[in-house]
Amino acid sequence: MAVTALKDYQFEPADRVENFHGNQLLYIGWEDHLLFCAPFAFPFPPAMRFGDVVEQVLPAAFGYHPDFAKIDWATAQWFKSGQPWTPDFDKSLADNGLGHKDVIRFRTPGLTGIKGSCT
Amino acid sequence: MSNVFLALQANEETRAIIEAITEDNPHAVVHPSPAMVKIDAEGSLTVRRETIEALIGRSFDLQELHINLISLSGHIDETDDELTLHWNA
Amino acid sequence: MDMNVPKKKLSLKEKYSHMTRGLDWEPSYQSKDDVYPYAKYEGIKIHDWDKWEDPFRLTMDAYWKYQAEKERKLYAIIDAYAQNNGHLSVTDARYINTVKLFLTGVSPLEYMAHRGFAHVGRQLPGAGPRVACLMQSIDEIRHAQTQVHSLSNYNKYYNGLHDFRHMHDRVWYLSVPKSFFDDAITAGPFEFMVAIGFSFEYVLTNLLFVPFVSGAAYNGDMGAMTFGFSAQSDEARHMTLGLEVIKFMLEQDPDNLPIVQRWIDKWAWRGTRVLTLVAMMMDYMLPKRIMSWKEAWEVYFEENGGALFKDLARYGITMPKCIEDITKEKEHLSHQAWATFYNYGAAAAFHTWTPDEDEMNWLSEKYPDSFDKYYRPRLEYWRDEAAKGNRFYNKTLPMLCQVCQIPMLFTEPGDPTKICYREAQYKDDKYHFCSDHCKEIFEHEPEKYIQSWLPVHQIYQGNCFPEGTDPTAEGFDPLAAVLAYYHMNFGRDNLDFEGSEDQKNFDAWRGVATSND
Repeated sequence: MAVTALKDYQFEPADRVENFHGNQLLYIGWEDHLLFCAPFAFPFPPAMRFGDVVEQVLPAAFGYHPDFAKIDWATAQWFKSGQPWTPDFDKSLADNGLGHKDVIRFRTPGLTGIKGSCT
Repeated sequence: MSNVFLALQANEETRAIIEAITEDNPHAVVHPSPAMVKIDAEGSLTVRRETIEALIGRSFDLQELHINLISLSGHIDETDDELTLHWNA
Repeated sequence: MDMNVPKKKLSLKEKYSHMTRGLDWEPSYQSKDDVYPYAKYEGIKIHDWDKWEDPFRLTMDAYWKYQAEKERKLYAIIDAYAQNNGHLSVTDARYINTVKLFLTGVSPLEYMAHRGFAHVGRQLPGAGPRVACLMQSIDEIRHAQTQVHSLSNYNKYYNGLHDFRHMHDRVWYLSVPKSFFDDAITAGPFEFMVAIGFSFEYVLTNLLFVPFVSGAAYNGDMGAMTFGFSAQSDEARHMTLGLEVIKFMLEQDPDNLPIVQRWIDKWAWRGTRVLTLVAMMMDYMLPKRIMSWKEAWEVYFEENGGALFKDLARYGITMPKCIEDITKEKEHLSHQAWATFYNYGAAAAFHTWTPDEDEMNWLSEKYPDSFDKYYRPRLEYWRDEAAKGNRFYNKTLPMLCQVCQIPMLFTEPGDPTKICYREAQYKDDKYHFCSDHCKEIFEHEPEKYIQSWLPVHQIYQGNCFPEGTDPTAEGFDPLAAVLAYYHMNFGRDNLDFEGSEDQKNFDAWRGVATSND
């Protein structure tokens, strides 16, 4: 039983992809940079190019950090649901296998935040 | 044995109650903090009506405690004459 | 002349028994199951409601008498505080932000507790617990009213207190306490009693009221101190009810043990997550600190809760599983929480700031193993950037936990440099959690938590703009639209304390109050 209830109990999930007007959610976290207190949530069209996320969206989200300008994207390590993963920057989110509410993280070797504190 | 505790507001009415508690429970330890007092006692703690009455010079209903009580821990046994807090283990 | 002959008084025990057992009756033309439709579906087996004992044995006449006394004391102080411009005697105006958080986050829960206990008091088949729930229900509405009343005095002078009820149902961080209580109130009556009566009132409420209220007193806030103590004086009775409920269920049938244990595990965790806000209040928001969150946790949970669980061991109850992780988290909780509000200071209805040097030193002393290493560099960087006119305001919305609804700010138990990510698949969708414990709660009742109203997702669905907003219009500013929907005034209620209207007004008024200029 999926819930302790008096009678039949079934509901639509509040966050089904149909509710996001053509977008799907993608969560993105930057490892070792807790100046940003939590990973971010973004609504993106599934056809959006992955490289556009990195080049056009991430600077506004993470650009405040002095390490951000130093990132060499060629050496960045990516993880999807915690597992190593390699995105193709020229393909769309969907073609990269990213679905609604997927979570990805990136690690930027050599960059460990303010005074090396993972901030 | 674990500690039980009773926390009371620190005011004119509780001054005599705290005094009575320390008189009846020599093992109790009183910790004052801003505006309140926390009384810890190992195993059990008893509040006795008669001791309070002797100190304030009037009759006292133990349920008057509720007015100034902040918090407590332990199982409670309450009669007309005594309120006891205790742990069984 | 009439002689006033004293009648023989009934003892406490006799009076209480007349009121509970004497006034109860067995239904004759309806079945008991129809009268109490919620009593069995949770699986709790009760064989004899007459075994219920209320150790306080408070009867209605005594209840009204003592509650009236408490109200008289409370209002005497509220009036005196207002008449003497008491708001100017608090340590400094940063303190008032704790009161804003309390009014928007906690007082509406008191009202929900009123509703919850009224409901449970109707649904439990035993007369003893029904009476106790009735009294608690009346207590809780008294708490909501006295808090709103006491704090309304601050609303005359300071920003952010003007629409607490509206905000409670909408604002991102207030969804944390709101959803916590909604979860409890939509459970069955027995789970509600374990959630609120036991886990919250008995195990955790001391962590909210005792340090907060004593802290209010320490910071010169007589108003908050008095309503706090007045509410807390009812709390002793509530705690006793919570503990009696647990003992009663466990003594009635051995089959109740695993159900009760699972509820205790769940609600100890849910409650602790909500108290994240209190941790931050104690370590960062009280200008004059009384004790650290870590110390309060050690006294009121580890010592006091430890004694409780040792006592309950005879029924087979064990310490909630989450305690091991919470013990690791106590070094980090308040710092991570404050960092989050500092990040999102543009979207909060109170002010945030970086602690001054003295305050950072206090934090180093209280948290020798964590503050200097992980959190001081963060705060100093923000402080220095703010001094250069580059105050950090995070404008990208955070990922939230599906269960506690807190941004995913918590780190792996044992590694404060790594965010803790957990996920699960249910039917067609993925769900994300801040911890193993929130994930486990979800997996036990997924159908309940897939309905979570997660503020970030609701904003992206377009449900958090004022009516008539067109998000496709040229120059649409989503943050401004969300704040308008929250009824937050940009530049007055939010942003840094430094330079705020509250700061300026407080300084000016205090100057007038202490000089002849």
